[in-house]
Amino acid sequence: MARKIDLRRFPGFLPMTYLCLFLLYAPLIIVMIYSFNESQSITNWGGFSLRWYGEVFWGVESEKFKAAAIHSFIIAITAATCSTCIATLAATAMLRAGRFRGKGISFALINLPLMVPEIVTAVATLIFFSAIGFTTGILTILLSHIVFCIPFAYLPIAARMQGIEEVYEQAAQDLYATRFQAFKLILLPLMMPGIISGFLLAFIISLDDFIITNFVKGAGIETLPTAIFGSVKQGIKPNIMAISTLLLLVSVVFVTLSWLVGRMGQNRK
Amino acid sequence: MAGLLKKTNSPNNAVYGGLGGWLMLPAWAVIGIFLVLPVLMMLVYSFLTKEFRGGVIWEFSMAAYDQFFFDRGLFGDDPPVIEWTYITIFWRSIWQAALATFFCLIIGFPTAWFIATRAGKNRSVWLFLITIPYWVNLLIRTISMKFLIRDTGPLNEWLIASGLISEPIHMINTNFAVQLGLFYSYLPFMVLPIYASVERYNFALSEAAADLYASRWTTLRRIILPTVRPGIIAGCILVFVPSLGAFLAPDLLGGAKNFMIGSLIEEQFKGNAGNWPFGAAASMILLSMVLIVLTFYARAQGKEGAR
Repeated sequence: MARKIDLRRFPGFLPMTYLCLFLLYAPLIIVMIYSFNESQSITNWGGFSLRWYGEVFWGVESEKFKAAAIHSFIIAITAATCSTCIATLAATAMLRAGRFRGKGISFALINLPLMVPEIVTAVATLIFFSAIGFTTGILTILLSHIVFCIPFAYLPIAARMQGIEEVYEQAAQDLYATRFQAFKLILLPLMMPGIISGFLLAFIISLDDFIITNFVKGAGIETLPTAIFGSVKQGIKPNIMAISTLLLLVSVVFVTLSWLVGRMGQNRK
Repeated sequence: MAGLLKKTNSPNNAVYGGLGGWLMLPAWAVIGIFLVLPVLMMLVYSFLTKEFRGGVIWEFSMAAYDQFFFDRGLFGDDPPVIEWTYITIFWRSIWQAALATFFCLIIGFPTAWFIATRAGKNRSVWLFLITIPYWVNLLIRTISMKFLIRDTGPLNEWLIASGLISEPIHMINTNFAVQLGLFYSYLPFMVLPIYASVERYNFALSEAAADLYASRWTTLRRIILPTVRPGIIAGCILVFVPSLGAFLAPDLLGGAKNFMIGSLIEEQFKGNAGNWPFGAAASMILLSMVLIVLTFYARAQGKEGAR
């Protein structure tokens, strides 16, 4: 008797989803494929080769890219570490500390870096550093990165903390643990999946940033995105596609890790 | 027992009650000093006099805003007429951002719906597939797009090889290319919030509509869309706001003729223009526009919550 209509299904939505995924992935996959192209001309296929990857590591521009990669990784690791610590404390304050003065505005403040357009943040930061006479360099890049990494670290950490009931820490306190011990021995281990995935996301966000870095970097200091941008301005060469593919893989690996860690945390619950 | 006693005795029974301010302090300090303060400083700079080749002279001046809206001739003594150059750039940015939002919604809504109606495990895989491009470097994604649609790029080559066209279609450095770039950059931003909304949607509503002989599409229009509207609005804002201030897509795909706000601002600091107060003023105008959009959003959310 029941009409067998699946109310969740709409004709055409499946093709749209495929279209969406196709649009998202096609350009990336094409660049990946062409990065293995033997030919010097970047559009004609000349056979499979790892030539351009060799070019990235040992070619003319390799010194520039190597220095840029080292800068990028140092900045990303430091910025992700600092912002994860700040975000963990902030999440504890927001979710575990009851009421306090300024709580209402704190949430908006943490998310502020997401709301201000990147180019505006970039301009403001550049003006700020130049006004206080701070020489632009690796430290200015680092400070600006910490700021915009905070919300990205905060989201998974807060999400994880929301899933942990307060009773464990209360039990610890009933057994005469100090608040610091309750934090260190109970909350922190339970939160680890959230903290790790927050760290990984902050790391990628820092590694990928171009606009803000481009504004606040000093003369002569390049990160990978600014170095790539500089090269692209002179035309897309095959070695750019190789280095883009590598950077893309780094992002994919880190996101996958973050996702798996997050899921691991859920399963244990 | 002690736990119970604590609960009744202390007005603030949270585990770290009373420490909130201290725990929050690092976040306040970092964001306050390195974001809020700089934005205020930028506001001040927009009212200063420009120093040639970058920097400012500490003298109050409305010149930056004046330059934005009015043209006073080469020596600044002609009667002011409205200067269309920058208004046009802003208008183009708003228009491009709105279009990108529209196209993202057209593709993003069905995708989000489809994913949200999958069974548990499949759903998280689909969702993951949508999230990956979101985390891939925006610069690299824009470069891929540029590579793909160049006159001698793979897309044109394939179209020619397949016999559909005989001459390459010129796409790069057009408004179309910028539009494509914006759409491509921010598409995942549309899918994720709508997905979150649809996931909470109660399908009993659809059943009720179907029982009352509503067709599938009537249900979509009259029941589903109004119910998941908060997600749709959030998605639209997440696409519109970054598109408005986008720099990479207009710069790499658009070229000099298709300037958007982002490129205009960059030009003042990194490019040849070197007019810091004007760059600060343009940034302030952009920021105000974003704040207006966000305020409307917050209002709408508030009403939504009150209902």
